[in-house]
Amino acid sequence: MKLPTSITTLIAGILVTLISLWYGQHHGWMPEAASREAPLVDDLFNMMMTIATALFLLIQGALVIAIFRFRQKPGDNTDGPPLEGDIGLEIVWTAIPVVIVMVLSIYSFEVYNEMGGLDPAASRDPGPQKTAVVPGTAMAATLPGQDKIALGVGASPKQQGNNAMVNVDVLGLQYAWIFTYPDSGVVSGELHVPAGQDVKLNIVAQDVIHAVWIPQFRLKQDAIPGRDTQLRFKPEVTGTYPLICAELCGAYHGAMRTQVIVHTPDEYDEWLQSQIAAKEHGDGLTVAQIMANNDNRLARQTEDWNISPEAIAALHEMPQGMPQGTLHEMHQHL
Amino acid sequence: MTSTSVEPKTSPPEPERHWKDFFGFSTDHKVIGIQYFVTSFFFYLLAGLMATGMRIELATPDPDFLGAENYNGVLTLHGTMMIFLWIVPTGAAFANYLIPLMIGAKDMAFPVLNGLAFWLVPPGGVLLLTSLVIDQPPVAGWTSYPPLSLISGEVGEMMWILSVLLLGTSSILGGINFVTTIFKMRIKEMSLYDMPLFCWSMLATSLLILVSTPVLAGALILLSFDLIAGTAFFNPTGGGDPIVYQHMFWFYSHPAVYIMILPVFGLISDILPVHSRKPIFGYKAIAYSSIAIAFLGNIVWAHHMFTSGTPGWLRVFFMAATMIIAVPTGIKVFSWVATVWGGKLRLNSAMLFAIGFVSMFLIGGLSGVMVASVPFDIHVHDTYFIVAHFHYVLFGGSVFGIFAGIYHWFPKMVGRMMNETWGKVHFVLTFIGFNLAFFPMHILGLQGMPRRVVQYDPAFTTLNQVCTVGSLILAVSTLPFLVNAAWSWFKGPIAGANPWNALTLEWQTSSPPIIENFEEEPVLWSGPYDYGVDREQDDDKSVSELLAEVKAQM
Repeated sequence: MKLPTSITTLIAGILVTLISLWYGQHHGWMPEAASREAPLVDDLFNMMMTIATALFLLIQGALVIAIFRFRQKPGDNTDGPPLEGDIGLEIVWTAIPVVIVMVLSIYSFEVYNEMGGLDPAASRDPGPQKTAVVPGTAMAATLPGQDKIALGVGASPKQQGNNAMVNVDVLGLQYAWIFTYPDSGVVSGELHVPAGQDVKLNIVAQDVIHAVWIPQFRLKQDAIPGRDTQLRFKPEVTGTYPLICAELCGAYHGAMRTQVIVHTPDEYDEWLQSQIAAKEHGDGLTVAQIMANNDNRLARQTEDWNISPEAIAALHEMPQGMPQGTLHEMHQHL
Repeated sequence: MTSTSVEPKTSPPEPERHWKDFFGFSTDHKVIGIQYFVTSFFFYLLAGLMATGMRIELATPDPDFLGAENYNGVLTLHGTMMIFLWIVPTGAAFANYLIPLMIGAKDMAFPVLNGLAFWLVPPGGVLLLTSLVIDQPPVAGWTSYPPLSLISGEVGEMMWILSVLLLGTSSILGGINFVTTIFKMRIKEMSLYDMPLFCWSMLATSLLILVSTPVLAGALILLSFDLIAGTAFFNPTGGGDPIVYQHMFWFYSHPAVYIMILPVFGLISDILPVHSRKPIFGYKAIAYSSIAIAFLGNIVWAHHMFTSGTPGWLRVFFMAATMIIAVPTGIKVFSWVATVWGGKLRLNSAMLFAIGFVSMFLIGGLSGVMVASVPFDIHVHDTYFIVAHFHYVLFGGSVFGIFAGIYHWFPKMVGRMMNETWGKVHFVLTFIGFNLAFFPMHILGLQGMPRRVVQYDPAFTTLNQVCTVGSLILAVSTLPFLVNAAWSWFKGPIAGANPWNALTLEWQTSSPPIIENFEEEPVLWSGPYDYGVDREQDDDKSVSELLAEVKAQM
C-alpha cells in the first residue's frame, strides 16, 4: 500500500521533531556544569542542538532521498521538470532562518545578560589603560581614574553594584598563571574558590595575550597586556577543574594549565587561613617560587623532548624588582 | 540522427601553444588559470603534508613527533598556505579560466595585469617555504597577533608579512580585473541576469576583496614597523594597542572566509543544474544572496574577538549581524536542495563532490550559527570546536567544491575526460577521512581541548587518535586524484566540446578552447540553466534535445 505524500510528510515531520527534541537534550557533549553560569549556556546550547539536528535531518534527508530516488535511469537522457523557482516556497524558507536567528539572538542576549555580560563595569572599552611591562624594563604607572572599568563578564543583573565576595588577581605570563588574594596577600599557583560565593577574577597579562578558560564554568576571557579584564562568576559544585590558557602564547602554550579548586566555604576559609599562617611564618609562596615551580614543571615535562634547560630558562625572565613581591603589588604597578 | 563519416579523434584539438607557455609570462587567461591551478595545488599538497605531520604529533598527548618548538611553525605555515596559497588562488584559478569563456569574451579586461597578479603568487609561496628551510618559520599562528608576533623571531615574522602582502596584492589585482571583465566584456545580448551564477559569486568576491584586503595590508605594514623600526602601534610595552591589530586583521580575515567560499558557491550553483538536468532553483535569490553575503561579511569581524577586547554592547551587535548571514546562506542551501530534488541526477564524481559539498557545508553552517551566539562562543572560542567548524566550512565546503569544479571542468581545460571510477574512490576516501578527522573535534572542543596546542590532557587521547586516523585517510585520498588527473591529462578519452550537454557559453567552444576562445562571437540562444525548458519555435523540443541534435550533426 502506498501512503499519500501528505501522510508520509506528516510522519516524517513528527519523527524529525521527536528525534531532534530528544537528541538536543541527550547529546552529552558538554563537560560537567560547575558554575551558576554553566547551566545557562548549556540550556542555550541544547536548544541550538535541537534546531541544528532538525535542520540537518531535513536537509541531509532530502539530499539522501534525492540521491536514491532521482538518480538518472540508464538510457534516459531527457531532462527533469524545469522548475525555476517558486516565490511562495522561497519566502517560506527565507522566513524560517529569519525566525530562527531572531529567536536565537534574543535568547543568547538574555543568557549573556544573565551571565553578567552587560554589567557596565565590565562591558565598556576604556582603551589601553597603561603600558604593559616587559621583563627588564621599568614599571609604568596606572593612569589615574581609569582603573574601575574592565572588559569581560561582570556581575549578573542582581549583583550589579555589589562587590564580589572573593576577589582574585590573576596574572598570565609565559607559561604560568599566578593568583593573588589581595585581601590577604596570599599567592598561589592554583585558583582556590569557595562554592556558592560570587568570585571576581581581575586579569592582567605580563608579556603576550593569554586567555583564562575554565571549561566546567563555560567562561573564558583573554588576558591582554596593557588592559584590565575580568571574569565574575559563582562556582556551584565543589571539585577540581582545569584552568587552561586558550590563546596561543608561545611554544609551551599547551603546557600552560593549572587547576581551579572549588571548596566548601569552610574548607576555603581553612585553606586561606593556612596560607596566611604560612606566609606569616615566611613559608608562603612568592611569585618567584611559583615561577620556579612552574619552570621545574616545564623542565620535567620537556626533559623527554630533548630541550635544554637553557632553552626553558630563556623563555622568560622575571621582571626586575619583582621576585620577592606579591602579585597584588604587581597588579598595583602593572 | 544524421550519420556522418568523421574520422575518430585520437587527441583533442591543440591550440597553437607550446608547453613552455605555461612556465612563462603569458597573457592568455586560460594559461594563467592553469598556472594558478597547478601552483596552488602544489601548496595544497605541502600544507596537507604539514597537517598530516601535526595530526601524527597529536596522536599522543605529549610532544614527541614534531616537538613543541617546531609545532607552532608548522601550524602557522599550514594555516597561511591553505588560505593564501590554496583556497584563495584556486578561486582565482577558476575565475581566470572560466569568466571570459562564460561571458563570451576573448580574454580578461586587463591581460597583462592578470599575468602580473599570478606572478606575485609563487614568490609569496617561496618566501614562506624559505623561512622553513632556514629554520626560522613564523610561529605566531596565521593570525600573527602581537605582542606574540613581535617577540617570537623577527626573520620568520617578516618573511610571513612580506609573503602575505605579496599574496594580498595579487588578490587585489585579480579582483579589479574580475569586476571590470564582468561589467565590460560580456557579449552584447548577455544581461547580468543571463550570466552563470559563478560570475555573480566572483563579482561579490571581488568587491569584498577590494574593500577588505587593503586593511590587512595596512595592519601588516604597521606590524612590520613595530617589528623592525621600533614603533608601538600594536606593541603594549610602548603604549600601543594589540586589540587594534585584531580589529584590522579580522576586518579582512573574516571577509576572507567569504572570499574563499563565495567562488565555490558559484561553482556549485553551476554544477548542480547540469548534472541534475534541471534549471537552478531561484536564480535571482542565489545571485542576490551572494551580494548580501558580501555586504554582511564586512560587518561581522568582531565575532572573532568576543573574548578579547570587545565591549559587551558591541558583542551583542556583532552577534546579531553574524547570525543574519545564516539567512542568505540558508537561501542558497535550500535552493540547491530544490535544484537536485526531482531532477535526473547523474551521480558522477563532479556531482558527488557537489552534493558532498552541500551536506558538509551544512554542518559547518549550523555550527557557525552556534558560534555566532556570544555566550556559547565564550565557551568554545579558541577551542577544537572552532577548528572543527572552520574545517567543515573550508574543507567540507571550499575543498569539496574545488574538487567538484575540477572534475566538472577538467574536460574543458584539457580536452579529455577523467576516470570516473577513480574519481569515486577519491570521493569516498575524502568523505570518510574528512568526517573522521574533523567531526570528533567538535566534541573535543566542547569538552575542554584548546586549539593550537602541541600537548593536551590525556583524557582526550582516543578522540584525537580517531582524528589522526581520519587525517591519514584524507592524505591517502589525494593519491587517486593525482594519478587520475595526471593519467587523464595525456591518456583520457577525448571529451569533445560539450561532454555534459551543458548550456553555459564555455561549453560552446572546443575543449580545450582556442587561443581567443571562440571562432566567432558566440550567440546566446538559451539561458544558462534552461534544462528541460521547451521552446515553442523548436517544436517543443527541450534545449538538451536540440543540443544533442546539433552535436550529432557536427
